[in-house]
Amino acid sequence: MAKTKDIKLMVNGEMVARTVPFRLNLVDFLRKDLGLTGSHVGCEHGVCGACTLEVDGKMVRGCLMLAVQADGATVATIEGLSTSGRIAELQAAFHERNALQCGYCTPGMLASALEYVERDGAADRHAIREHLSGNYCRCTGYQAIVDAIIDVIEGRTAP
Amino acid sequence: MKAPDFDYVSPQTLKEALTLLDEGDGDAMPLAGGQSLMPMLNFRLATPDLLVDLNRLDELSGIADAGGMIVIGAMTRYADLEQSDLIANHAPLMAKALPFIAHPAIRNRGTIGGSVALADPAAEMPALLMTLDATVVVASLQGERSIAAGDFFLGLYDTALRPGEIVKAISIPKAAGIRRFAFDELTRRHGDYAMVGLAATADSINPLNELRLAFFGIADRAFRAIEAEEALNGHTADDEPATKLATEAVMALPFDGDVNASADTKRHLAGVLLKRVLQAL
Repeated sequence: MAKTKDIKLMVNGEMVARTVPFRLNLVDFLRKDLGLTGSHVGCEHGVCGACTLEVDGKMVRGCLMLAVQADGATVATIEGLSTSGRIAELQAAFHERNALQCGYCTPGMLASALEYVERDGAADRHAIREHLSGNYCRCTGYQAIVDAIIDVIEGRTAP
Repeated sequence: MKAPDFDYVSPQTLKEALTLLDEGDGDAMPLAGGQSLMPMLNFRLATPDLLVDLNRLDELSGIADAGGMIVIGAMTRYADLEQSDLIANHAPLMAKALPFIAHPAIRNRGTIGGSVALADPAAEMPALLMTLDATVVVASLQGERSIAAGDFFLGLYDTALRPGEIVKAISIPKAAGIRRFAFDELTRRHGDYAMVGLAATADSINPLNELRLAFFGIADRAFRAIEAEEALNGHTADDEPATKLATEAVMALPFDGDVNASADTKRHLAGVLLKRVLQAL
């Protein structure tokens, strides 16, 4: 039995069909088979959050899901979230607040932040830090990231 | 690292999944949310010949009101439990504890059945289910059986599951009347595995009555602190002789050190948590 499967899924608004090995995880599939290298691979065991991306409307760890499991799913990576404009405000605020330095964590950080903002999360530093607790940043100390997210939330709720 | 090579099937029915696991004869593993199994595959700690993916089994997912009980399908994800009114209204201890379980992206995938079947010693779910007097419903080709949570968790990643059996559902008695609940855990980073955690319920607090305490993250599995419960029942949480006895009973529980904390540190932290949780009840 060939240890592969034909899968079809929607990635960033485009239908793709590929044959993938069972053991291939979703983020490696997106990076290597589709060339979408925006999602980063950090720890490969779900601790660092660099591979956070959206599957069927929910943010998940791209390293803790197999590509075959995404058969039929709708996936949005940082490339899709940028193109669609969904994270435009967050990107601008991260830029403005200097909320990234090396940028390795940023795609995952933006994805997690987007989930918080889109769920109408409060402009509460503690709650934001709890929400981002699964995303490591080794440069910023998180302060500027939290500042940026608060800017976006306050910008959205301002009259 | 990357996962080892394996075969993979994604069955559409529970019967099909159970047949595959039965035929796999121990070399087949069920894949639930994958939030622990995927790391174990990547670390090559798990090397199954076949993964039986349970994610397309809709019959295993959902939260139902079954009279005196809330029945949760094994493949129900933590994020679904967090958003459930049934859980908020009838299992408030679980509602309180859910935000402590890992991180949002993990809770979007992780399942209650996966956590129960894995029996990680530092996971919240075993202690919660022991405190809540829950029942684990397991299924195999031979049929179903129900196991009290107190009899289900046997040791380090060890449960009462027999070969060919999977967790099908968790059944929790509804919280009646004015029961009190408290939950806390100590971690280095929010959402990480607890160095020590404690779940508690009581029928009343003045005095304490029907107090139930379950510690996790302290040794090879979650433990009810039954002697501490007995010492405190009939007294208030600020009764000094009773709390002294209870603290001694907690100190006598088994403690094993791990990468996060030594056994002595954990023992100290368990005493800290006991005080905090009793105050929060």
